[in-house]
Amino acid sequence: MLWVDKHRPKTLDQIIVHEEVAQNLKKLVTEQDCPHLLFYGPTGSGKKTLIMALLRQMFGPGAEKVKVENKTWKVDAGSRTIDLDLTTLSSTHHVELNPSDAGFQDRYIVQEIIKEMAKNRPIDTKGKKGYKVLVLNEVDKLSREAQHSLRRTMEKYSASCRLILCCNSSSKVTEAIRSRCLNVRIHAPTEEQIVKVLEFIGNKEGVQLPSGLAARIAEKSNRSLRRAILSFETCRVQQYPFTSNQAIPPMDWEEYVSEIASDIMKEQSPKRLFQVRGKLYELLINCIPPEIILKRLLFELLKKLDAELKHEVCHWAAYYEHRMRLGQKSIFHMEAFVAKFMSIYKAFLIATFG
Amino acid sequence: MAPMLQSSQPWVEKYRPKQVKDVAHQDEVVKVLSNTLETTNCPHMLFYGPPGTGKTTTALAIAHQLYGPELYKSRVLELNASDDRGINVVRTKIKDFAAVAVGSGHRQGGYPCPPYKIIILDEADSMTEDAQNALRRTMETYSKVTRFFFICNYISRIIEPLASRCAKFRFKPLSEEIMSSRILHICNEEGLNLDSEALSTLSSISQGDLRRAITYLQGAARLFGSNISSKDLISVSGVIPQEVVQALFAACKSGDFDLANKEVNNVIAEGYPVSQMLSQLFDVVVEADDISDEQKARICKRLGETDKCLVDGADEYLQLLEVASNTMRALCNMPQEFSFES
Ligand SMILES: Nc1ncnc2c1ncn2[C@@H]1O[C@H](COP(=O)(O)OP(=O)(O)O)[C@@H](O)[C@H]1O
Ligand SMILES: Nc1ncnc2c1ncn2[C@@H]1O[C@H](COP(=O)(O)OP(=O)(O)O)[C@@H](O)[C@H]1O
Ligand SMILES: [Mg+2]
Ligand SMILES: [Mg+2]
Repeated sequence: MLWVDKHRPKTLDQIIVHEEVAQNLKKLVTEQDCPHLLFYGPTGSGKKTLIMALLRQMFGPGAEKVKVENKTWKVDAGSRTIDLDLTTLSSTHHVELNPSDAGFQDRYIVQEIIKEMAKNRPIDTKGKKGYKVLVLNEVDKLSREAQHSLRRTMEKYSASCRLILCCNSSSKVTEAIRSRCLNVRIHAPTEEQIVKVLEFIGNKEGVQLPSGLAARIAEKSNRSLRRAILSFETCRVQQYPFTSNQAIPPMDWEEYVSEIASDIMKEQSPKRLFQVRGKLYELLINCIPPEIILKRLLFELLKKLDAELKHEVCHWAAYYEHRMRLGQKSIFHMEAFVAKFMSIYKAFLIATFG
Repeated sequence: MAPMLQSSQPWVEKYRPKQVKDVAHQDEVVKVLSNTLETTNCPHMLFYGPPGTGKTTTALAIAHQLYGPELYKSRVLELNASDDRGINVVRTKIKDFAAVAVGSGHRQGGYPCPPYKIIILDEADSMTEDAQNALRRTMETYSKVTRFFFICNYISRIIEPLASRCAKFRFKPLSEEIMSSRILHICNEEGLNLDSEALSTLSSISQGDLRRAITYLQGAARLFGSNISSKDLISVSGVIPQEVVQALFAACKSGDFDLANKEVNNVIAEGYPVSQMLSQLFDVVVEADDISDEQKARICKRLGETDKCLVDGADEYLQLLEVASNTMRALCNMPQEFSFES
């Protein structure tokens, strides 16, 4: 098992970084009338961990006995029946699912499946709680329609069911849903907090972790706990005993993006654009989300540019990322950004050096 | 569904008024509906207005008061956005429900039980225009035996032929006084202490939306115990601490792009919602007295455009960086046009 999973704290009392939130959550569920919850914050900040520990607090160890189910639901969509494949993770007390997996059909998941689950009281009579919990991941990726469909369900069946919603950007969750939940913000851990977790894991694994190395891993993690723990384990595989200044291997895809940035700073031509397209495709094929690639590319470019160009380039990155959301083929927009950058940069070089 | 223990419901449900007369601040509609309870006459209704002002509450209350628990199921159909309300469903489900005749209009068990059915279309603004059009015929055909209640936030999303058949009521955002009195009532029931500062904070951050106010109150009570301060309420409401907003604004003023970028990264890492940041930044910009109107206009124009981009689902980091860059260029009187764009 990877360290990120192996050392995930199981109970609210074991939580290291968001201790205060964890203690608050404990108080929250002592009463029967717990409101719906919306957890939001960057990836790798510890949301999932807190939610799992919270379920355990509510229902005891039984909440950890989960089974994964793949089921095809037949949904009556008026004139025709559609098949929706859905993966759920469930215990006797809760069900976890990712409704946005259904893409543009996500509304049916909310209208048919989630409502059905919310309606039915938990069968378990020995249970401590009179309600069950639905955990919905990535609610920020739900369409507006699907979000609207969720509103009244949250009110109507609140006696039998609590929702725990989880997302990265709460701006993308409609006001109507946010105002029906207690909002819990989970900030990315600070570098010091990350070091603490790394030391904790180092202890458990019985490895000697020099503080210099821990600090460098934390610094390179971009405040993502998951990422820090993953690099820590990679370092362990690559070189042990550790030294303070040993290399921390970057992620492959990030190196690749950094190459693209160098490529387009060196040469601005149709030929180069064509080569870069190949590399962008390569990244997309490896399932790196297009907006992540674009942001990383911007990050690399900003490191190398003059101040006056930075404004211009960040403008176009935002512009093309927005267009990408509205369009369908992300490669077009990424390529357009690269071409735009080449044109600006070339004009800049000519103006500066003639 | 079996009735649940009261105590297991979130407060928003627990304190939902059960009777029309207990709906606060919406006097007009309360008057009309109280009259309905006596005469059993009722027009088609259209309730519109912002969230958390009592629209759903009012519709459910009148339906319950007219029919009582026994008949409610057979006489009232509630359809909301959680139901598929495509055109087919409208044609079949509503028609089937409306077509089954109701018995005579005799009082039963102390309830008026008028000789018509009620169809509540909650969140009607998310119905397609086609579905609304399909409804016109149904409304006409069964007008003797059904009453429709349309509920929505925006009246403009309801097609004219439907709207014109209804008595329309606008639900107003609740005033601070009414909010405070409802909140104090709940505090009393739940044994909470709220000082006057906390009370006015709660009214102002909820902006006339009582649902929000109650949700915040319960959150704060559960997290911080029964003595609730203004700070506790702010922390559950998602409002961004003013220092964070000021730090970003100061970075923009400094003219240093990298510094602004760092602040933007920090806002994202802290998990603050960018939409909220935009509205608080807007307040800071509008209130600042050391920047010109033209500068303000430049910044606000971008805020508006960015808000739209966010609604379209654009990336929060890139959008906030764009706002920061524009704000910096406006504050430092850098040219609006870019130099190298061809
Ligand atoms: N509070 C915590 N204390 C210690 N380790 C944690 C904590 N929260 C998260 N982790 C570690 O960080 C990893 C990523 O956290 P996760 O909860 O999956 O983040 P998110 O859901 O926000 O993306 C987990 O696998 C776990 O190992
Ligand atoms: N006018 C009001 N009088 C009393 N309580 C209200 C009023 N408006 C809202 N509330 C409270 O807010 C909650 C949400 O109200 P609801 O009627 O569902 O709002 P909406 O207008 O969005 O349909 C209710 O449970 C109730 O506790
Ligand atoms: Mg996650
Ligand atoms: Mg409503």
